[in-house]
Amino acid sequence: MTKARRARASSGTAGHVGDYHLSIAQLEQMYYYMLLARRLSERMLILNRQGRAPFVIAGAGQEAAQVGAAMALEPGVDFLAPYYRDLAMNLVFGMTPREAMLNVLAKRDDPNSYGRQMPAHWSSPKRRIVTQSSVVATQLVHAVGIALGARLSGERLVVMACCGEGATSRGDFHEALNFAAIHKLPVIFFVENNGYAISERTEKEMPVPNVADRARAYNMQAAVVDGMDCVAVYQTVKPAVDQARRGAGPFLVEAKCYRLWAHSSEDDDSRYRPRKELEEWAKKDPIVVFRDRVHADGVFPLADLEAIERRVEEEVRDAVEWALAQPDPEPEEALTHVYKEA
Amino acid sequence: MPELTVIEAVRQALDDALAADQRVFVLGEDVEAGGVFRATEGLAAKYPGRVIDTPLAESSIIGIAIGAAHYGMRPVAEIQFADFIHAGFDQLCSEASRWCYRTKGDAWLPMVVRTPWGGGVHGGQHHSQSIEAYYAHMPGLKVVAPSFPADYYTLLRAAIDDPNPVLFLEHKRTYRLIRQEVTGSNGEQRIGRSRIVRDGADLTMYAYGLMLHECLAAADELAGEGIEATVVDLLTLAPLDRETVLEAARRTGKVLIVHEDTLTGGFGAELAALIAEHAFEYLDAPIRRLCGPDIPPIPYHPNLEAFYMPDRTKIAAAARELARY
Repeated sequence: MTKARRARASSGTAGHVGDYHLSIAQLEQMYYYMLLARRLSERMLILNRQGRAPFVIAGAGQEAAQVGAAMALEPGVDFLAPYYRDLAMNLVFGMTPREAMLNVLAKRDDPNSYGRQMPAHWSSPKRRIVTQSSVVATQLVHAVGIALGARLSGERLVVMACCGEGATSRGDFHEALNFAAIHKLPVIFFVENNGYAISERTEKEMPVPNVADRARAYNMQAAVVDGMDCVAVYQTVKPAVDQARRGAGPFLVEAKCYRLWAHSSEDDDSRYRPRKELEEWAKKDPIVVFRDRVHADGVFPLADLEAIERRVEEEVRDAVEWALAQPDPEPEEALTHVYKEA
Repeated sequence: MPELTVIEAVRQALDDALAADQRVFVLGEDVEAGGVFRATEGLAAKYPGRVIDTPLAESSIIGIAIGAAHYGMRPVAEIQFADFIHAGFDQLCSEASRWCYRTKGDAWLPMVVRTPWGGGVHGGQHHSQSIEAYYAHMPGLKVVAPSFPADYYTLLRAAIDDPNPVLFLEHKRTYRLIRQEVTGSNGEQRIGRSRIVRDGADLTMYAYGLMLHECLAAADELAGEGIEATVVDLLTLAPLDRETVLEAARRTGKVLIVHEDTLTGGFGAELAALIAEHAFEYLDAPIRRLCGPDIPPIPYHPNLEAFYMPDRTKIAAAARELARY
């Protein structure tokens, strides 16, 4: 019996793989979305260096956190209020690689903002992805408002509000936690602590070791999880989502991860980040770690992983080629939709 | 419907909107107890769960309204005094005003932010201010500032029905100052339209809120002296009814712009620029602005406040000068 077969055979519940408590299909999804986000981001950076994409801001190093958290939600029912690094979350919620490329190229038909915002300012009302600005933490309050609106109209859903640890210094973070906790609203505050707010390390940002410590002041449940481990993130977020859906109130999850790239395409992180630190974290690259683990545990034969990798490569290639050929906005289009017509 | 004061018209509009549409709800500080000006009195009991007290945190009051409106509700947020709204400036100007634009109409925000503004109540620095110029500057927001009870009713109902964020300014000095019959229908007055409330051939006065009533009083006084003034009730500051503003200026050739806000960069500057740009050939005198002086508004002592505030006497004096020009 091969190792893969053994792992599958030892599944606890039907279709679930041993210690993972996840189905093969879910584990495939995890690898697919993490890898897709990373490969898309890499191509975006290349387009930037070629002068074709003016600006790139990405989530390299945070894919495990993002995919693990987003997979705990129910797309089509739950709302996602992401922040700019959350490409992988948007992919889980249905954004296509072609749309992601339209976005970075600010093409006319980019459904996120039609060339009106900088890239990575996500939006898709039909997928319940909430539009956000460059102002950090404002979206956390919007998420609370969505949860309140849903409660008033009797719809049972969960809202996931995401931010980096930098945003947790802003008043809106605290106002959002306060209101959500007072009214026991079904909001998951998902904080991706990547260690840096541009150049500032967390010790310059806050006097407590964990963002999750701040939840205690709002009588809110919270957990810290290894954000480089997609399975662990899912296993932490899923029960929080389930209990919020049942009416137990908000929950804060802090995923400790690491920003493997500079803040953005315009940032030179060598000015403030020790190379050695980066090298140490690169060894913990969540996608590589995941691949090694599922392979070593015999969950997937190598051929299955390679098939996913080929599929991702093909989708990214197609997305770039297609998106580059799409039209730019006409200048006069700048004047429309200042107001919604009644 | 009987004659109502401004505050009664506001309360009636909220009551009727809550009754008409399950999506409407009210949130703000002290609203469950009726609010400090009693605008929401009785509504919490009448509409259980739909009049919601919030913590004292303006940014989240507006931000939560944004989220709820995005979801499909029709929130009416109250900011207790306009002076405190700036803590929510980011949510109004960086978020609400751009929601529709930045999604090219895929998403929009049917929400209202009501707030009492204006001086003449001995409110000092932080219970007296005019805030309209900051927010009327922001495309995507609608800014409404009525003067008469019937317009308060009609325009608040229209604001709640509007698919865009509306900043609804209620002049607190006028809350119980005047009564007017309110028909109860949604009426004719629409957001985005100004109205000529008095006709006169010699000059045009532009105002909103308390100053509109001061202008009308001054115009009555001037009529006794043979000076006939047109008075324009602006009603909506953004988007501005340029046609009505320009039509009145062209008709009389002399314009007096009155507001409580400080002079420099006040809303009157926009009116003056608009008239100078598009009605210059019709003008018989320089455009005159009568506004608060450029000091941090408004000092507390009655002597100081009276010195700061434009009023019917100052308006009449400025109008006489203009008429003589």
